[in-house]
Amino acid sequence: MALTAGFFYLFAALAVASAAMVILARNPVHAVLFLILAFFNAAGLFILLGAEFLAMILVVVYVGAVAVLFLFVVMMLDVDFAELKAGFIKNAPIGLIVGGIVMGELILLFVSGGFELGLAQQPGAPIAELGRDVSNTKQLGLLLYTRYVFFFQIAGLVLLVAMIGAIVLTLQHRKNVRRQSIAAQVARTPATGMAIVKVPPGGYVLPPTESNKTETQD
Amino acid sequence: MAESSWDLWLDYALWLAIMVGWSLLTLVVLLVLIAFLLLMDRKVWAAVQMRRGPNVVGAFGLLQSFADLLKFVFKEPVIPAGANKGVFLLAPVATAMFALASWAVIPVNEDSLGKWVISDLNVGVLYLLALSSLAVYGIIMGGWASNSKYPFMGSLRSAAQMVSYEVSIGLVIVTVILCVGSLNLTDIVNAQKTGVGTGIGLPASALDWYWLALFPMFVIFYVSALAETNRPPFDLVEAESELVAGFMVEYSSTPYLLFMLGEYVSIVAMCALATILFLGGWLPPVDVAPFNWVPGILWFLIKTVFVFFLISMAKALVPRYRYDQLMRLGWKVFLPLSLAMVVIVAGILQYARVA
Repeated sequence: MALTAGFFYLFAALAVASAAMVILARNPVHAVLFLILAFFNAAGLFILLGAEFLAMILVVVYVGAVAVLFLFVVMMLDVDFAELKAGFIKNAPIGLIVGGIVMGELILLFVSGGFELGLAQQPGAPIAELGRDVSNTKQLGLLLYTRYVFFFQIAGLVLLVAMIGAIVLTLQHRKNVRRQSIAAQVARTPATGMAIVKVPPGGYVLPPTESNKTETQD
Repeated sequence: MAESSWDLWLDYALWLAIMVGWSLLTLVVLLVLIAFLLLMDRKVWAAVQMRRGPNVVGAFGLLQSFADLLKFVFKEPVIPAGANKGVFLLAPVATAMFALASWAVIPVNEDSLGKWVISDLNVGVLYLLALSSLAVYGIIMGGWASNSKYPFMGSLRSAAQMVSYEVSIGLVIVTVILCVGSLNLTDIVNAQKTGVGTGIGLPASALDWYWLALFPMFVIFYVSALAETNRPPFDLVEAESELVAGFMVEYSSTPYLLFMLGEYVSIVAMCALATILFLGGWLPPVDVAPFNWVPGILWFLIKTVFVFFLISMAKALVPRYRYDQLMRLGWKVFLPLSLAMVVIVAGILQYARVA
């Protein structure tokens, strides 16, 4: 247990420190990289809790996909640091007020004993009544696809709607773009793609394609 | 009380020593193997083009990779003036580290001594998927920190490419997991002891492995693995005809070496993953006398090298894809196909109980 405690403090301290660096870093790309470090440490904390499935999903989804897109966007921004700093000072009072309110609420919650610490105190505590020998992947699956199956489906639908919305907003059919039609290319045979023509001496022959026809008419 | 806590620490120390020993052994074997696989890659490529390939250093050029290693190590690392120094140096280290870390969960054999694996994780497949999705960071960080346009364009391409193909790799893995019922890599191999072949009354053989039952997924996995590891024909990240060397333009010496090392380690890890998921891991191709005397690790090695050979042949034979074709293949061909296969496999497992 001593080792577990040691690792807990290591991961927790690193998570807090890197989360602080996310907002303190001058360079936005560094901030995103620190955010990734914070995700990693959160995954480490999940593993200490015995929730290895959640830890891996956290890394796959947040670090492997979401943070890549963050980084992708942030890298391409042309950030003006002076402007950012001016914004920081202007917005600092509002930020302090919001942060203070959240902090006050959390303190109230802890003082009034709103959190049940019973489960959290036992690492690897089995969810519900499934027993200890069932792996937590299976536990999650059994719970998610039985008791919470409608919530799960609704969450999926919400994400689908968001995805369709994003596609609708960005999709545009431009007229003058020549697109590749793989099926048409694959279906091409010597008979359809090639023609042997006799060129008269001193004359010329234009291939009978659509573009050339219009050209000769011009 | 003091004595028992002393015992506990001794236990930890012993455990740590065993882990470090196993890890070092795995690393050394892996790196030597990769030195020769690199040579094999070049030899295969040369043979297809009717050249000799590297044949000067050592007999048949066997020491070529070690000569290259020394050359890279003794060169001067150049860091561009406008580069973001910390991230610039972090990128190759991250690439190599994520690639090497994946070998912690890959089981190479199971016999009376137990499982030959450093960490027998419950969620081994997910761990490998997570690490392969992290490989993109080395490339993005390297491309951005170089502060140069070709590396940056290379890293932008890689970000889109690797995220897209991860989706189809994930779905391929899902179909295998559906058949096995476990995320543990050793369980996945052991589940392949019975299958199509034993189903029709033959003894345990190569016909039981998932390459036959899930053949379309094997093909999709192979192609997606090429794209995920930025191997030709999907090496748009470092397409030399367009981007000089892509994200590696500004790198030299040991950082460059680390990039190359990370790339090859992750390729071999993908080969090992293909071996585990589809080629029955360490199981012999026919479970009869001369074949099952051979130690399992040799079968594992032979299969991994075979998949690596397929990957080198792809490099030698197939021209590079264009970027829009790459995206089309990933999203419009592989994603619907693998999604359909997930549904079909799940349906068969639920209603027919064949596999």
